[in-house]
Formats: sequence, C-alpha cells, structure tokens
Amino acid sequence: MAEVPLALQPVRSVGKSVLDMFRMAGRVALFGVRGVAAILTPPWFPAQLGRQLVGVGYFSLPVVGLTAVFTGAALALNIYTGGGRFNAEQIMPQIVALGITRELGPVLAALMLAGRVSAAMAAEIGAMRATEQIDAMRTLSTDPFRYLVAPRLLATVIVMPLLVVVADIIGIAGGWVVATKTLDFNGAVYVKNTWDFLQSWDVVSGLIKAAVFGFIVALMGCYHGYNSSGGARGVGRATTHAVVSAAILIFAADYLLTSAFTHK
Amino acid sequence: MSGPTPKLQWQGVYKAFGDKRVLRGLDLDVAPGKSLVIIGGSGQGKSVTIKIAAGLMQADAGKMLVDGRDVTALRDKDRRKLASGFGMLFQGGALFDSLTVWENVAFRLINADKVSRKEAKARATEALERVRLGPAVADLYPSELSGGMQKRVGLARAVAANPELIFFDEPTTGLDPITARAINALILEQVKGLGCTAVTITHDLDSARTVGDEIAMINDGVIVWRGPAAEIDRSGNPYVEQFVQGLAEGPIKPAI
Repeated sequence: MAEVPLALQPVRSVGKSVLDMFRMAGRVALFGVRGVAAILTPPWFPAQLGRQLVGVGYFSLPVVGLTAVFTGAALALNIYTGGGRFNAEQIMPQIVALGITRELGPVLAALMLAGRVSAAMAAEIGAMRATEQIDAMRTLSTDPFRYLVAPRLLATVIVMPLLVVVADIIGIAGGWVVATKTLDFNGAVYVKNTWDFLQSWDVVSGLIKAAVFGFIVALMGCYHGYNSSGGARGVGRATTHAVVSAAILIFAADYLLTSAFTHK
Repeated sequence: MSGPTPKLQWQGVYKAFGDKRVLRGLDLDVAPGKSLVIIGGSGQGKSVTIKIAAGLMQADAGKMLVDGRDVTALRDKDRRKLASGFGMLFQGGALFDSLTVWENVAFRLINADKVSRKEAKARATEALERVRLGPAVADLYPSELSGGMQKRVGLARAVAANPELIFFDEPTTGLDPITARAINALILEQVKGLGCTAVTITHDLDSARTVGDEIAMINDGVIVWRGPAAEIDRSGNPYVEQFVQGLAEGPIKPAI
C-alpha cells in the first residue's frame, strides 16, 4: 500500500471508518434478508420457535411490566407538574396515555429487550460458534441459519407487540395509581378520559414500532453472535456490540417511524 | 487414473487467511472404505484440510471432489444434501449443551430426516450402546459428562445415521492415555463396522497407528509424505522422522 503523508492520516482514518461502516451495514442487511427468507421458506423448526416465544416473550414480562409501571408513574408526576404551569393539570391522563402508547411503551420495552434478549442471543449463538456447535449442526444436515436465527427473528417480531400491549396497559395503570393515590384524581374519570382520548392509531402505531424494534433486537443479537470470533473474548465483544447497536438502531428507527407516522 | 474413484480428493487446494497462506496446493485422496490419518504439527493446515472436505470452509482455489464430483461450487442446499452422508467427531465434542445426550445423538434424525422423536430416541439409545454408554446417560446433559464420555457421545452422534464418510478432528486430544486408547478402539470398531471411509487429523501417533490404514503428513500446507500406517516408523522421510521422534531440530520449524 502506498505510504500516506502524515497530514492525510486522519482523512484516511475517517475514510476507512466510513467504508467499514458501509460494509457492515451491507452485511447486516444481507443477514436480515437471509433471515426473512428463512422465515418464509421451509424447512421450519416449530419447536425452536415455541422455545423462543416462551424465552423472549413470557420471561420478559416482569422486566417490561416493571419498566412500564414506573415509567407511567413518573410520567404522570412530570406531566402533572409541567401542566400545572399553565393550569392544564387535568389533561395529564391523556398525555400519559399518548406518551406511553406512541413512544415510551415500544421504545422502553425494546430497550429492555435489547439488554435482556439481544445480549442473550449474541452470547448463546456466539458461544455455539466458539465451541464449533454451529459447524456441528451443518455436518448434521441442519442449516444453523434456519434452526437458530429464523426462529429468534420471528419469535421476537411476534412477541414484541404483545409485550407492548402489556406495557401500554401497565404504564397507563402506573399513571392511574399515582394520579388517584397522590394527586386526588378520580379513578373512573381518569379511565374515561384516557379511553375517550386515545385513538386506535395511537396504539397501532406503537405496535408497528414494536414489531420493527423486535426485528432489530433479534437481528443484532443473532448477527453479532453468528459472526463472533476469538473465543470467550469474542463472545463478550459480540454481546456488547449487539446491545449497543440494537439500542442505537431502535432510536434511529423510532425517529424514522415517528416521522413517517406524523406525515401520514 | 486407475482403480476406483476416490471417495475424497483434494486437487491443488489453496487456502489463506489474510496474509497467512495455510494450504499451498494440497493434493490428497482417500479410497472408498479406507481410513486415512493426516498428521502434522500445530498450524500446518490439518484442521483447514478436513474442514474444506467436510464443507465447513471454502477453498480459495483448487477442487474438492467427493465421489469424483467437485463440491466447491455447490449451492448450500446441495451441500447439505451431500453432507447427509457425512459424520464428524469434533475436537471439543461440539455437543449442543441445551439438548440432552440422546437429543444430541438423534439431532440429524429429528431435524433433518424428520424421524419421530420416539423412533429417534430408540436409535440414539442404540448408537449410545455401540459406544458403551448405557441408557442412564441418555437423559443427562453434556455438561454432566466427563471429557471421555463427551467424546463417546460425539462419536455416537457421528455414526448414528450410518454415514459413508466420517471425519475425526483430533479425537484423543485432552484425554488421558487409557481413555484415548478406548476412544481409538471405538473409532476403529465403528469405522470397520460401518465399512465407511474415514479421515482423521491428529498429532497423536498412537492414535494414528491404531485407526489409520494409511498416514499422510502435512507440513506448511502441502503433503510431504504418505504411506501405509505400518511404514510410519521407517518412512525415510526427514519430516516424518523428526515428527515421530519429536526432535526440535529438523526441517519442521516449531510453531512457537
């Protein structure tokens, strides 16, 4: 390679980083397309899908529920305080419902799953790579992509909207508890105001976001685990990359989706 | 070419990882029903050789023939079909730690051959018996087994579907001499019993002498000697002599 003058080294370094980023984006995109193709075409592994539905969905309920209840409660307090500055405390139930269903429910549930599920997928698949279990699967005439990746992608896409429905209900309930127990709101009126105000699109748009975020969470976990190398250190690195990249992509996708939904 | 078509044939196979050239035009073949052992020092290309043959790695150049058919250009689907006649015992066992012993042994039967779980369990138990493991082991998880037992389970998994071709990757590494001999005896028994072709890579000469009809020595990515297993101690080849006698001085450079 030609010697680069010292003054141009930073330019070269930036250029290399940009090219690496594009290369990585291309690889992730191809991995995702291959994953979708594996979901849509046989052979399928329903037992693996069932196992992932339980692991990703059922066992994530506590963490998603707890996140939602405290977020709903804190949101209620903040909106009550902020609304009080222009005598609009009474719209708190509506704003809590809107904030939870359109934004905080899907985003926070996805972030919790990025920490819990994406990391677990990267670690499990990465460890399988490190111990040659993925190679072993191929010698046993089983496509590891279909056995390991496709069920995880599909399960997370199915389960995330369901978890967000739960998060929406529990989050709004968190706001209700704070409103009725500490802020003297009438419980029945709170529920009625929330119900009358919410439009189906508020909930549906959140669920669409949830499905997209679910795909991102599983894609990052599977991609980094499947492509890990370098033994235990590589598994650790894959886990970290999975969580960080999933979180960043969730925020980026959230903005894009919100933007698209706003102009709808 | 005279004689039967080789079961496996590497033709001028090259493989590099970045700047490191591992295989440099490797030529080798194995006749049907024969057991070939590839010996060589660490980092000489043994694992890459066997992984290319097993379809776990792509060669950069050259041909990999199975039953005279070039498999380097095969699509994934066709490669999987071809792999249905293969079995492989991995160095570390590579057992699926989320599955029980019998589910490991029956993995191909359940997931690729779509055999019912009941029948698969019966066939897995039978395969476990062939490697001297009783039914009590079947419901344990791999983490509950010793290293030697894990190798036996790996062997049972490799032979469960009666393959035509089996690869053994360092089958005795990490085992004590007594367990290693027991594994060698089981390998020999299974290979002869099935009448299949076997390729073993090892640096354990005791293992090589026991399980091999023929031995080939790889050094720096090419085969430097090949002959009957009985000839290994009088090969007249400086590489083989240095390896057999474990000498630090000679044409082979230590991998440190």
